[in-house]
Amino acid sequence: MMDPSNNHHAVTLTVNGQTRTESLPPNLLLSEYLRDHLRLTGTHVGCDTSQCGACTVLVDGAAVKSCTVLVVQLPGTTIETVEGLGRPDQLHPVQEAFREAHALQCGFCTPGVLMTAVALLNGDPHPTDAEIRRGLDGIICRCTGYENIVAAVTRAGNGMAAAQEVG
Amino acid sequence: MPSEQLAPTRPGSPMGQSIPRREDARLLTGHGHYTADVNRPGQLYAVMVRSPHAHAHIRSIRTDAARAVAGVAAIYTGTDVAGRIAPIPTAWIPPGSDLAITDHPALADTTVRYVGDGVAMVVAESLDSAREARALIDVDYEPLGAVTSVADAMREGAPRVHEGVSQNVALHWRAGSDPSAVDHAMKTAEVVVRQAIVQQRLVPNPMEPRAAVAEFDAAAEALTLWVTSQNPHIHRLLVAGVLGLAEHRVRVIAQDVGGGFGSKIACYPDEVLVAFAARDLGRPVKWVEERREHFVATTHGRDHVDEVELAGRRDGTFTALRVRTRANLGAYLSTAGPGVPTILFGLITNGPYDIPLAATEVYGLYTHTTPVDAYRGAGRPEATFLIERLVDLFAREIGMDPVAVRSKNLVTEDRFPYTNAFGITYDSGRYHASLDRALEHLDLGAFRSEQAAAARHGRLLGLGVSTYVEMCGLGPSEVAGAVGFQGGLWEHALVRVLPTGKVMVMTGISPHGQGEETTFAQVVADRLGCALDDIEVMHGDTQLVSMGWGTYGSRSTAVGGGALSVALDRVVDKARKIAAHVLEADVEDLAFREGRFAVHGVPDRSVAFTDVALKAHLAWSLPEGVEPGLEAEASYNPSNFTYPFGTHMAVVEVDPDTGDINVQRYLAVDDCGPRINPLIVEGQVRGGIVQGIGQALWEGGAYDAQGQLLTGSLMDYALPKARWLPPIETDFTETPAPHNPLGVKGVGETGTIAATPTIVNAVMDALAPMGIHHLDMPLTPERVWRAIQDARTTAPAATGGMRS
Repeated sequence: MMDPSNNHHAVTLTVNGQTRTESLPPNLLLSEYLRDHLRLTGTHVGCDTSQCGACTVLVDGAAVKSCTVLVVQLPGTTIETVEGLGRPDQLHPVQEAFREAHALQCGFCTPGVLMTAVALLNGDPHPTDAEIRRGLDGIICRCTGYENIVAAVTRAGNGMAAAQEVG
Repeated sequence: MPSEQLAPTRPGSPMGQSIPRREDARLLTGHGHYTADVNRPGQLYAVMVRSPHAHAHIRSIRTDAARAVAGVAAIYTGTDVAGRIAPIPTAWIPPGSDLAITDHPALADTTVRYVGDGVAMVVAESLDSAREARALIDVDYEPLGAVTSVADAMREGAPRVHEGVSQNVALHWRAGSDPSAVDHAMKTAEVVVRQAIVQQRLVPNPMEPRAAVAEFDAAAEALTLWVTSQNPHIHRLLVAGVLGLAEHRVRVIAQDVGGGFGSKIACYPDEVLVAFAARDLGRPVKWVEERREHFVATTHGRDHVDEVELAGRRDGTFTALRVRTRANLGAYLSTAGPGVPTILFGLITNGPYDIPLAATEVYGLYTHTTPVDAYRGAGRPEATFLIERLVDLFAREIGMDPVAVRSKNLVTEDRFPYTNAFGITYDSGRYHASLDRALEHLDLGAFRSEQAAAARHGRLLGLGVSTYVEMCGLGPSEVAGAVGFQGGLWEHALVRVLPTGKVMVMTGISPHGQGEETTFAQVVADRLGCALDDIEVMHGDTQLVSMGWGTYGSRSTAVGGGALSVALDRVVDKARKIAAHVLEADVEDLAFREGRFAVHGVPDRSVAFTDVALKAHLAWSLPEGVEPGLEAEASYNPSNFTYPFGTHMAVVEVDPDTGDINVQRYLAVDDCGPRINPLIVEGQVRGGIVQGIGQALWEGGAYDAQGQLLTGSLMDYALPKARWLPPIETDFTETPAPHNPLGVKGVGETGTIAATPTIVNAVMDALAPMGIHHLDMPLTPERVWRAIQDARTTAPAATGGMRS
């Protein structure tokens, strides 16, 4: 619904488990909303052509580049960012696997890689190396050379599958 | 060789252990503090207006429409800041190079000299307002002719980048043996191979764009600048100087930095302008680079045209090397720009080979392109690429296997310390052991059989080898001065033990992915016997750290770790005196192990380090002459660079129908001395290798004749992707640096240095049966396919440019 006084639109969406109704300008990107409005600065912006994938978040479970979608396109959706994944003292299995496998160096692309990995593993907890590498096509990491990321995703998938069996 | 320096001092020591990084928890959960994450109350937003022309006069700039945009606080042009912001200086003036130093204004006032050159800055209440105003600024340019390549820069009648700089020559530098002796050796040699080689321009592309946030406290006349920097103290020095601020009232903070690879060493106009505006407007100002800006406004790397000659005997022995280079420096001299293609390149062009006569001559040239500065390896990849290509060409010319030729010329272990023809002294090396180790992993004979069998089916397999050495761990400050670097290269550390025994470490290095928050904690835990969780390593804030020269040139652990080691020695020495006092024993009678001081032979007469720390702070009873507290600092000035080395090998298959290259295997054997954290070292090696493969196969910054960057976005500039890469096998030998307190050598750049020639040599090995012996990078399928087509239409005896 649009507010004619300022051209803003009312949008209701859920971010990291919290449902919000906001009045937002129509040209506001999801990345800007997360970083500037909610101060969720874990989502990074690395380029302006949707190539780098550092800004990747989950929209209804799917990996989406938040620099490429307007918030007003997302009414009723559920957004998950890296901040919703785990805490420093209680890492998500994917985060823990990245730590153990040294799958990050400068850490700038990492939030987007993590969210991409979560989406990938939710679809298939046991991807092959080739499937993981293909699955990482939407992100660019300049530091690691990717190999440790591939190892971390494999490790995380095994961990998540084991946890589900136990659970 | 045992690595005595790094032997853990106690069982269970974290030294040498692959411990997951302590910086990861915050970075994995979105709690890093990158510059773009900084927001200050009341901040304004800056955007830059950049030249769309490579070379033009600015006739006029109309800003009235832009100023009328709601929320615009200020618009600055070159005329506005002239005289108020000093020119951006270079910090490297190689002696004897006749460096033509030219002014680099923060904003161009009369002339723009590259696409991306700053013309104006808009500051506004919101980013939207700033961008809207930017679009309304009307700059009237008079376009002029541009020169973009070193091939054209020296030509008669070429457009001049700077008035008064003849033939666009920024510097002319020579090093090495007497040129006439080299010339004579070339003329009388049994074999000479010559090759013209282009080492293309690269765009660093750390995933975090540059950014700056500035806040000025007018009452205190104090500036705080958050900036994406690899060296906050260098930024403090330069920003204070350019803005005429007192250095002690400038605080530079670079907490988490999202990669640099050399591109965040330089002091750029942008952070100076942001700081200027914050002072001028009395409000915090924030600027974040866009990726498209990064491509044109952040320094580039490489961009050489080299003519190289290697002379030797038919038995495979090298006798002389001559390197003549034209290096593109871009439109202005960047902070370290002049030092990269001279000092960091020209002194080590012989690589790991014993070549009695060697000379390098370099012309550094101005062009109408983005300034060129350090990019991972900075000069040493260029040197390594040349010699490694030449060795293969030489081997082919005399019909020996490239591995055998390498083995014949590698400096032998008994020659260390080895001084090369350029007068630099390699600290330690076991080059043959490294080559042997690699050959244990890759059976050369078996591969050659497989290659021959594949060839019978029309398949092109190739093996590439690079035996490299590099000069890093920058470096001895006396040498820095002697080679014209306008700074020191020592490093500082402070170790502060608190009353509870917890330890704070402040280091002048500025890691941005290299993991020293972890490795330095491992060194401390090993030495003091405390738990990793009891140690905090702090960096990246000039208010917190008294001094330092930053993270580049693979210096952080070698030099910063050296300072840390010396400071730890001092802490232990002081603690030992207090412990002796407590135990009523002689200092010489105390052993310090596992965090306890104990009297030799009387283990129950002991005191814990943490108890000593408390007693040091309480100061109720200290030995005479011992001050209260327990902390020490050290400034470590290394006596030499460190010279890591290794052997890399790659197996590739080239598709003769498409020119596509499939890297089937990549093997790296590296030696950086003892590894404090093997997991982190391996990460540095792997990441570096992929950047080196990127140059070999995909990356390249290309300009058109008008100076437009054709590869100006991530859609046009190919950064390596996960699915293009093979797994990378790693192994290590361990040869300590004899002069370094930890025995360690740098490892941040070795992968990039070794990988590029390894891959190109492999592709050339695969293409050799077609008579193709050299192709310039990147080896895109199109370039390879065209070469194959050309080879098929010319005589089989074609040599692909190689002459002897």
